[in-house]
Amino acid sequence: MANEILEEQISGEYKYGFVTDIDADNAPKGLNEEIIRFISSKKNEPEWMLDYRLKAFRYWLTLDEPHWAHVSYQKPDFQEIIYYSAPKPKVQLNSLDEVDPELLKTFEKLGISIEEQKRLSGVESRIAVDIVMDSVSVKTTFKETLSEKGIIFCSFGEAVQEHPELVKKYMSSVVPYTDNFYAALNSAVFTDGSFCYIPKGVRCPMELSTYFRINASGTGQFERTLIIADEDSYVSYLEGCTAPMRDENQLHAAVVEIVAHKNAEVKYSTVQNWYPGDKDGKGGIFNFVTKRGICLEDNSKISWTQVETGSAVTWKYPSVILKGDNSIGEFYSVAVTNNYQQADTGTKMMHLGKNTRSTIISKGISAGFSNNSYRGLVRIAKGASNARNFSQCDSLLMGDKCGAHTFPYIEIKDKSAVVEHEATTSKIGEDQLFYCKQRGIDNEKAIGLIVNGYCKEVLNKLPMEFAVEAQKLLAVSLEGSVG
Amino acid sequence: MLSIKNLHASIGGKEILKGINLEVKAGEVHAIMGPNGSGKSTLSAVLAGREDYEVTEGEIIFNGKNLLELSPEDRAREGVFLAFQYPIEIPGVSNVNFLKTALNEIRAYKGLEPMEAKDFLARLKEKQKLVELDGKLANRSVNEGFSGGEKKRNEIFQMAMLEPKLAILDETDSGLDIDALRIVAGGVNKLKSNDNATIVITHYQRLLDYIVPDVVHILYKGKIVKSGPKELALELEERGYDFIKEEIGA
Ligand SMILES: Nc1ncnc2c1ncn2[C@@H]1O[C@H](COP(=O)(O)OP(=O)(O)OP(=O)(O)O)[C@@H](O)[C@H]1O
Ligand SMILES: [Mg+2]
Repeated sequence: MANEILEEQISGEYKYGFVTDIDADNAPKGLNEEIIRFISSKKNEPEWMLDYRLKAFRYWLTLDEPHWAHVSYQKPDFQEIIYYSAPKPKVQLNSLDEVDPELLKTFEKLGISIEEQKRLSGVESRIAVDIVMDSVSVKTTFKETLSEKGIIFCSFGEAVQEHPELVKKYMSSVVPYTDNFYAALNSAVFTDGSFCYIPKGVRCPMELSTYFRINASGTGQFERTLIIADEDSYVSYLEGCTAPMRDENQLHAAVVEIVAHKNAEVKYSTVQNWYPGDKDGKGGIFNFVTKRGICLEDNSKISWTQVETGSAVTWKYPSVILKGDNSIGEFYSVAVTNNYQQADTGTKMMHLGKNTRSTIISKGISAGFSNNSYRGLVRIAKGASNARNFSQCDSLLMGDKCGAHTFPYIEIKDKSAVVEHEATTSKIGEDQLFYCKQRGIDNEKAIGLIVNGYCKEVLNKLPMEFAVEAQKLLAVSLEGSVG
Repeated sequence: MLSIKNLHASIGGKEILKGINLEVKAGEVHAIMGPNGSGKSTLSAVLAGREDYEVTEGEIIFNGKNLLELSPEDRAREGVFLAFQYPIEIPGVSNVNFLKTALNEIRAYKGLEPMEAKDFLARLKEKQKLVELDGKLANRSVNEGFSGGEKKRNEIFQMAMLEPKLAILDETDSGLDIDALRIVAGGVNKLKSNDNATIVITHYQRLLDYIVPDVVHILYKGKIVKSGPKELALELEERGYDFIKEEIGA
């Protein structure tokens, strides 16, 4: 896999005879049609894909950046970003052993030891991983094992080459490029990401996971993920993200689309730990992401679980369109902001089918000078009879310089709907902390304990390996935030 | 074991403790009684290291260490345990997980490895039995949704698990039904040894029938105004606090 990409790059450079100031690894800074053609040719894409990119780009040019989110930041200069950056093709990656040890270390920290996976070829309880570094998918593991079941799990770029019919059919069907500013941008310049197809009647025997890493400086990361669960299938998908510490802000604008057919179920879990900037608010990732799933047919189910601890600014609403009758949408979220981080996150549940149900559990934790907003929309369309929603949005404040905000929007067009909304705001109690300390538990551990308890309903939804890591991450993110 | 000398403490600029002197030796049980607002909980909070209180004068020596220089968690690790008058709820944190964390933190302080899972479970079972704590409560979130009496019993369960040197029971008896009182007191008695000590804060002589004190102190307006044998509690029950006021001429 890695070899193919690297070869592609080397050959790609000459095949299309681009201007010489484009070196083998990076596109020059800036954004124009030339750059988009460059990316497309690097990836050896068919005509229809280039057309799609260009259409998206031209549309993007007509848009203004959205302002409605409860965040403020220096708008990115889109001409200052490098839109394509690939690991240098000096080394040929033949095995995982040759992957950057730093990367592997980070990976292990996320609770996913690929070293171990390599040794164990057995399918049960293992995790298949796709690593996307900067713009290119570096390595996908367990492909062969999965393909025996007919499961396709590969980089997005590879899917375009080898499964164009699937990509063509589903890409943009959930998040069209016209959806919003960053979705349009992503559609124009996306470089790679993961693709996953679970065929009819197949329960994916292992967790599928993509690990995203922004590495090079001055680059943006624009990945695309497409997950299709055919009838009666099931898959649990994990996503982990990290980035090194840098003074400048880097842009991450991803698009994730999920399609669930009849009786299919998709669980999508994220532990997002992009670099949040330093304690004075310098640097950090701008995380502007569009994630949406559609329960296309009856009895299908999509759940999003996210633990968001990173990024300087987050703008993210994993959503579900409940089109099929009896379909279920779930959103479980923990969002932590500390120092000068800002998060505006939540979900949209669009009930179109009959007897559709959705659950929203959002736990916001704000510390330092940060701002943490929940923004959610529950829409019950006319004819979506007996739709039900339950939303619970809790905010936990640490200290008195941070903010927590809740923006719940409810639109009900069908009288039979039952929608419940609960919201609480609490402060981490001095009493609770003292109680823990009186039992011998220090401040840091006590905060970890209390916060993890507060988030338990969400953490319980994560697969084991991720849950343990997420717990540690929560404690680390809040280090030094109280007393 | 514990030596308090001329302890003055205030909160929000208001002096609550006005020169407390108290000596507690290993193996002893001391009872502290006194009217509402006299400073009993304040004394226990100051002993435990609650930061809201400012100690303006005096010293507290605990097993040779200057307690006032230690953080609350280090005091706990040194063996000071406070059974709270109003136990705190920690939603989502199971009692078992809470106790395991606490126990291992205390062990780490003493340079010990975390306790083996099976030893921990064995101790859990044993102590649960000791205070007749419902197994379900042990697995529920710390004090969350517990009844008043269950919370108190849970405090004693925690005490049993952590095996402190000095236990301060702040009105652990209030809110307990007759049977629970007997069970809790029985638990405290069973945990008593020659190298630990107990301070029992209570309003009721009844508890002292079960946990027999070596000394009874009467705290009044931030001072210990009278100390005596266990009969003092009886006298207090009969005559109320008025006789104290008369005696000290207040
Ligand atoms: N934060 C505070 N600010 C001002 N006064 C306080 C504060 N906390 C406690 N006090 C006062 O200190 C005094 C002693 O309170 P404390 O709780 O120690 O009494 P107590 O002897 O335990 O009473 P009780 O028998 O009712 O439990 C009371 O008058 C109380 O109002
Ligand atoms: Mg009191």
